[in-house]
Amino acid sequence: MQSLQHKAAELLGSNRASVVIGYAEGSDGRVRPHFARTNDDAKALVWDQRCKQNLAVYLTKHEIKEMGPAAIIASPAVVRTIVQMASEQQFVRSFPITLVVDNDQVTELNDGPSLEAFATSHPVLFPSHVTKEVEDLAAMSVADRFAFWQEEFSRCFKCYACRSACPLCYCTKCITESNQPQWVTVAPHALGNFEWHLNRAMHLAGRCIQCGSCTLACPAGIPIALLTIEASNIVQREFGYQPGIKADAPAALSSFRVEDKEAFIR
Amino acid sequence: MTSTTYTLTHDNLNALLRALVAAGKQLHAPQRVGPKVFFKPVNDAATIVFDYVQTAESPKSLLFPKAEFLVSYRQNSEGMVVTDHLQKEIPEMILFGSRPCDAAALSRFVQFFADGHADAMVTQRRRALTIISMSCIASDPACFCTSCGSSPGDTTGSDLLLTPISNGRYLVDVVTEKGQSLVAANEALFEQAPTIVKDSYLATVEAVFTPEEITKRLATSFNDPIWKNASLRCIGCGACAYVCPTCSCFTIEDEGNDRTGDRLRCWDSCAFALFTVHTTGHNPRPTQTERWRQRVMHKFSYLPETNHFLGCVGCGRCSRACPADMNLKEQIIAIAELLPAIG
Ligand code: SF4
Ligand code: SF4
Ligand code: SF4
Ligand code: SF4
Repeated sequence: MQSLQHKAAELLGSNRASVVIGYAEGSDGRVRPHFARTNDDAKALVWDQRCKQNLAVYLTKHEIKEMGPAAIIASPAVVRTIVQMASEQQFVRSFPITLVVDNDQVTELNDGPSLEAFATSHPVLFPSHVTKEVEDLAAMSVADRFAFWQEEFSRCFKCYACRSACPLCYCTKCITESNQPQWVTVAPHALGNFEWHLNRAMHLAGRCIQCGSCTLACPAGIPIALLTIEASNIVQREFGYQPGIKADAPAALSSFRVEDKEAFIR
Repeated sequence: MTSTTYTLTHDNLNALLRALVAAGKQLHAPQRVGPKVFFKPVNDAATIVFDYVQTAESPKSLLFPKAEFLVSYRQNSEGMVVTDHLQKEIPEMILFGSRPCDAAALSRFVQFFADGHADAMVTQRRRALTIISMSCIASDPACFCTSCGSSPGDTTGSDLLLTPISNGRYLVDVVTEKGQSLVAANEALFEQAPTIVKDSYLATVEAVFTPEEITKRLATSFNDPIWKNASLRCIGCGACAYVCPTCSCFTIEDEGNDRTGDRLRCWDSCAFALFTVHTTGHNPRPTQTERWRQRVMHKFSYLPETNHFLGCVGCGRCSRACPADMNLKEQIIAIAELLPAIG
């Protein structure tokens, strides 16, 4: 923790970063996002097992961007997010200063190759219950799987916390907000909820870096990440593409190769 | 109204709930879904849970469904059939296990929708609803009801209020006529109460601010720099508004085409960027700073001014639900400390 706080203070002191995005103690044993801009702020930074929310979501937030160059304390999932965002041209001038912490050792990852190397050497690690849930769902019959999601979506009231917590849902205008034409039914009834979640899952297929922040954010306790995790698993299986690993990889579902074996492309 | 009290054993409470279900009443009560507790329709009284501090979602959807059909039209061979859902009969509903803060919130909610032009849907639904609340014998750090005009044993808004006392029994406060008739219809289950002092059984929730003081400080805070820092970590979702028992914003949605369609009323939230965006593209609340300010101001400044009640009952749901840990109680305490008291 100390070396992290020192590093943050050093980055702020040398003006290499105007803000260090990290976590601080929150309410009742929780941690919360923290934006260190001064030496004192840096002293509040913490880093431990509780730091699960994907902080990369703040890299595209207007109020944070206008502060100037940012450094971010990154879990492997955040590193994958940054690589994925880079492949989607989200960092025009430079990468954020990405700080990874290992055994109280802080390392800066500042370019594509170092971020990619870190992402590759830190594969996605799900808690065992998530792996099991993904497998169980995949093994279900279509009817059972439909019933499962019907029950879960019955509690969805479209607060969009899943979307807001997702660093890859950075669109300034989401598909749900388009009304000319309207793609997704706005009301949070059974049909509207299915349309919304299937649309979002499709948008994140091959882009979801599998951090699980959407599930963590959902106030209705819906394990919504299972959808996008499985969608990304399918893309990996079918197209050999894993998001968050190569900063210059063309997007799996919106690029094509002329030598594609499918005829529809020609 | 009378201030009659009774006692009720846990077995008789279960018998009462079973009798209500058997009588065809729509009973909504706390039930567990994973680690969280939600108000859900009950078919079997055995699924009701009692050991929770607060439900994840408020009971407001009974008065204000998340998606409510207003008008529908369907073209058939005879012509256009129009259904006005306002004319539909609302079934008798029982809400069981709401906390005193929830009942207080629903009474403010109903008042809000009755001020000026009364909202038919909300008032009819409240008429069809009987509220049996449960006093709090436990609280958690997110609770701050006593700072917002309610308390762990507050009877406001309930028809009956049960307080768990010793030996698996409940003290029953009969608050309204509706509550009285429910007791009368099931008289054999209730016993006349000896004088019991309820307070010693209730949770202690320390008051941390006075709403009048907050309202006063907020009156001159519109352009204060505090809002920007306070809202930095807010990610602009609707979680806080949607779990809140007093948030009442909605949007009207039209679905369909020239032959078949529906008009619905759906929940909306001031935290969304789209909430205030004009057709020109201009947004008077362009960032989360203005949106968070609106949330706090509406509850603690505008509503007290225009409707004479506080828009928050301190149930703590927004703080528990917030993915970014925007603890409202803490934020209001900070306002009391940071903003000057003028006037
Ligand atoms: S966070 Fe949960 S309740 Fe909110 S829109 Fe997403 S799935 Fe629905
Ligand atoms: S659901 Fe799709 S359109 Fe909406 S924010 Fe996410 S990626 Fe963008
Ligand atoms: S305060 Fe929390 S729950 Fe409310 S909009 Fe902001 S992030 Fe979402
Ligand atoms: S603002 Fe928060 S604490 Fe207040 S009533 Fe709403 S959910 Fe409860």
